[in-house]
Amino acid sequence: MLPPMKRPFLSGPCWLLLLLLAASGCRPDADVQPNDEVPGTTVPGNFPVPIYGPEKNPPTREAFELGRTLFYDPRLSREGTISCGSCHQQFAAFANAGHTLSHGVDGQHGTRNAPALQNLRWKPNFFWDGGPSNIETMPLAPITNPVEMDETLDNVLRKLNADASYRRRFAEVFGGSGPIDSYQFLRALAQFSAALTSANSRYDHYARGESGGTLSEQELRGLAVLRQKCGSCHAGELFTDESFRNNGLDSRFPLDSGRAHITGRGTDVGRFKVPSLRNVLHTAPYMHDGRMATLSEVLDHYDHGMVDSGTLDAQLRRPGQAPGIPLTAPERTQLLAFLAALTDEEFLRNPQLSEQ
Amino acid sequence: MKFLKYATLCLSLFATTASLSSCDKDDDAPAFGEMSMEFENVVGSSALQLSGTTPYQTAVGDQFTVTTFRYYISNIRLKEADGTEFVQPESYYLVDEALAPSKTFTIPNIPTGDYTSLTFTVGVDSVRNVDGASRIGALAPGDMFWSWSTGYIYTKLEGRSPQAANGAIVFHIGGFKKPNNTIRTISLGLNGGVIQIRKGRTPEVHMKADVLKMFTGLNTIRFATLSNTMGGPNSVLVANNQAAGMFTVDHIHGN
Repeated sequence: MLPPMKRPFLSGPCWLLLLLLAASGCRPDADVQPNDEVPGTTVPGNFPVPIYGPEKNPPTREAFELGRTLFYDPRLSREGTISCGSCHQQFAAFANAGHTLSHGVDGQHGTRNAPALQNLRWKPNFFWDGGPSNIETMPLAPITNPVEMDETLDNVLRKLNADASYRRRFAEVFGGSGPIDSYQFLRALAQFSAALTSANSRYDHYARGESGGTLSEQELRGLAVLRQKCGSCHAGELFTDESFRNNGLDSRFPLDSGRAHITGRGTDVGRFKVPSLRNVLHTAPYMHDGRMATLSEVLDHYDHGMVDSGTLDAQLRRPGQAPGIPLTAPERTQLLAFLAALTDEEFLRNPQLSEQ
Repeated sequence: MKFLKYATLCLSLFATTASLSSCDKDDDAPAFGEMSMEFENVVGSSALQLSGTTPYQTAVGDQFTVTTFRYYISNIRLKEADGTEFVQPESYYLVDEALAPSKTFTIPNIPTGDYTSLTFTVGVDSVRNVDGASRIGALAPGDMFWSWSTGYIYTKLEGRSPQAANGAIVFHIGGFKKPNNTIRTISLGLNGGVIQIRKGRTPEVHMKADVLKMFTGLNTIRFATLSNTMGGPNSVLVANNQAAGMFTVDHIHGN
């Protein structure tokens, strides 16, 4: 007879090992995205060549995670309440869900809807007016804007340098023993913002001929309608041509002149950046000022809600008729069906992109 | 251990070869020297004094005081009489009236020679405007960088004027896109003078930057009609004035 067991079946370390094994075995997509690769490192097969390619700021695990910490750190704002992530929420493709305009420090509002942050590597310029033209210096605008984070770069650096954990992590990434400087801060933040690649919607799998890439008859028709009627602006695989256009929202633009704010040209008044349609089901409300709450309202606008003005986009004009893009009831249904196939659940839920 | 010995041998061999070859080179390699540049900011015939109590006066009689005066000097080049040119690499300086050390800087590694003209850019070349976060100290983004419309402010002059609508004058000259490009490259002769670059000497080029010339020259600026510009066509008017005569080589110390 064997003596009765006096010791637990497995010792502590063994349990831990087993647990780890089990956990890694259960991990979904372990084979799709190797766990050690920083998100956004690989350029998707159906995408064009990026403007800010990985070689510009080679992704590393430590730098990416440092950028993520910065993105979610409210100390980047004057009174420590607003982080980048406050107005750019992952589940909304890093737009601000349910907010026509976002809240800045002291509950202040600006004039524009927080845009989604996705596929920033491919953007020649940023914001609704295209003012910032480099992903690295782009965050300086929200950080210093008095109605957003209302902080100075010098103060941000002061706060980071006063934090031993940041000092250690920056030194790990950039080497050297000097204080954290603006170059290091902006490069680290860009490691995270450049990692926000969304390229795994059902449409993408379809476009790349991958498994799971099946579109229904309805969705395929919607894709055809989109390419035909919306595709000259919402063009290509990124579903935007990155141009600035007046899409007939108002007859005058006294509160926000859009692109003209940057160029000073009268011909640019009322022109705003064409947004991507990726994850569009999750980026409501819509338009530069968030005036439309649903995609149905957006389609109504294009079909029959347009207002004429001097800079209205030529492609929206129709000789002898009111401007717009007429859509039949079936076309609307098809479009909405297709737009749903542009949702990238993997991006919206990727734990690597979430606040830790 | 074997490996270590081998590595040590290799290293010492390498070091010997390197030192030998550098000895060879020294004979016919061009010699280098350095020079320093000093920027003295003036208002006409007076030295500029920030936040002074006595106002200055423009050519057409507008009164003003200055609280902030900064500008970028970049892409410095020197030319010899035969056309041989020295182009300083990574040449970016921010001159700030409020920071004395910023007004004098040394340009190293200039091939020895007699240089008879001096060229530099007032501002920052367009490439570096959109290059992202910069490692170069003078270009670290700060209050000489526009975040809302990417680009450096090349010249910043702020102050007060009773003629200005709200009492303040704000001249932020910047922008690199047509038609409102305000980058200006200035070439100055040395009035017969020569910058002699020699080993072991540091000649000093004493520059003057005249604030008044921002408001007069090609375009007369009246504060009643123009007291605030941050890029755009009005900034171009000022940039053209700056290019036309704001900077002069006052004198050169041979040292």
